Amino acid sequence: MKAVAMVEARGLKRRYGEVEALAGIDFGVEPGEVFGLIGPDGAGKTTLVRILATLLLPDEGSAWVDGLDVAAAAAAIRSRVGYVPGRFSLYQDLSVEENLKFFATLFGTTVEENYSLVADIYGRLEPFKRRKAGALSGGMKQKLALCCALIHRPKVLFLDEPTTGVDPVSRKEFWEMLGELKDEGITVIVSTPYMDEAGRCDRIALIQGGRFLDVDAPAAIVGRYSKELYAVRGERMSAMLADLRAYGKAVSCFAFGESHHVAAEPGALDPGELAAYLAAKGHAGVEVERVPPTIEDCFLDVTAGGASGRAPGASSRGAPRGGRGRKP
Amino acid sequence: MSAIEARELTKAFGDFVAVDHIGFSVEAGEIFGFLGANGAGKTTAMRMLCGLLAPSSGSGSVAGFDIETQSEKVKARIGYMSQKFSLYEDLKVWENIRLYAGVYGVPERDIGPKSDALLADLGLQSERECFVGALPLGWKQKLAFSVAIVHEPKIVFLDEPTGGVDPATRRRFWEQIYGAADRGITVFVTTHYMDEAEYCNRVSIMVDGRIRAMDTPRALKARFGAPSMEEVFHDLARGAERAGD
Repeated sequence: MKAVAMVEARGLKRRYGEVEALAGIDFGVEPGEVFGLIGPDGAGKTTLVRILATLLLPDEGSAWVDGLDVAAAAAAIRSRVGYVPGRFSLYQDLSVEENLKFFATLFGTTVEENYSLVADIYGRLEPFKRRKAGALSGGMKQKLALCCALIHRPKVLFLDEPTTGVDPVSRKEFWEMLGELKDEGITVIVSTPYMDEAGRCDRIALIQGGRFLDVDAPAAIVGRYSKELYAVRGERMSAMLADLRAYGKAVSCFAFGESHHVAAEPGALDPGELAAYLAAKGHAGVEVERVPPTIEDCFLDVTAGGASGRAPGASSRGAPRGGRGRKP
Repeated sequence: MSAIEARELTKAFGDFVAVDHIGFSVEAGEIFGFLGANGAGKTTAMRMLCGLLAPSSGSGSVAGFDIETQSEKVKARIGYMSQKFSLYEDLKVWENIRLYAGVYGVPERDIGPKSDALLADLGLQSERECFVGALPLGWKQKLAFSVAIVHEPKIVFLDEPTGGVDPATRRRFWEQIYGAADRGITVFVTTHYMDEAEYCNRVSIMVDGRIRAMDTPRALKARFGAPSMEEVFHDLARGAERAGD
């Protein structure tokens, strides 16, 4: 038997008018896990986090945090969770140390009592502790928000898109901080639109259109990739894309930085033949190489319905078309 | 003549030097990636190039006009799009196009045919009468880019244009950018997705207000002995003194 889940959701649904934000979500997160909700804007990440953090009620379904029902025991849950919303929500006209003290008091504790948990992060803010929160840089605001969400030593920390718009170096640093929290035994549920952050999580859910497309350890999701993947390079990358899409044995083709990723059914594509096809189309310096998929390839694979790379008009949101509020 | 040129371009706010003597030139039709950590000075530099902020010292020209003394001429020849697409959510799709075409000075008689062509191009004819607020993010993004170049500017500035969209949409958006570059529009783009740096003809990497490296992605990777632009970026930016943002 597994341990009792720290966070559990069964059949969660939530609508906003015509928009179905969550279309039935089931999952569990074990104590001490770092669980990533990975998907684009509009996928339902924020709605799900807000329901679990007791800030929003589901229309249908139930969820429990530390065994407590989010609909019936919101107050008890709030003392056990920390929540960092996507938008900076601390008091801009309180200083750094005033904010921290305020949140500690609010949760019936003191800064000193749990200081060890935030010491590493708060240490970087210490030189600015008398500065008003509104005058901090983005990176420092984020660290302060994290400290304020941790000061009551929650069992579960919810982070809604903490790294959106953050540069790669600061993102890496932020994930290292989350790793330290995991070592402290805190369960972390974090949402992100950056697919490359999946590898930082113990398990992830790929989410789009209010549904989980897959839930598992990143390596297991990669292992389930249903196609064979080839990285193709040449001298005229932009022109090559069209020729690759016209190639009958390619199921999909997308630009992936310095190469194009071509997916094919297992055994269907011969790399030598593809190289010859491209050479015949006038491409020079062609290289075709079998590569392992990234989480982003997997996301493209499981959303293939609207995303073959051949249909420029496809919707960015997996939601049913009726949900877009199209006028009659 | 270069599409964009910066010479010792500098902006100080009090004794904080946000942009510190940067210089580069971008050729017409080039896709130029303007990378840097949060707080490196990218937005300030971009605002100067768009004629929105006067430099403290140094100079620059965009489409052949001086960014300080001829900023109105600069503004008429550029397009701009940011992650916060500047579309009006409570106007219909066609009304947004109509509005921007008018603002950018597209002649009245051209606006109708231009709108039709743009909608056909985007495959949005049946969304013509939709309110923009009801469109999925990826469609808004395509539309925002199209209205940013509705007046066929010489140069388009894109400030983190792809944040938050799903992977397929993000990639299709780059195909739209390639299309604009193929038509001769110079593209000046910032992004936090390092794989997107690879789509640029050249990139510059800004650290603490200065340009620390500038070259083709291939040459930068070779110089830093790094397999990816992500690592080149880490090598350069991790030593930054300025805290993020």
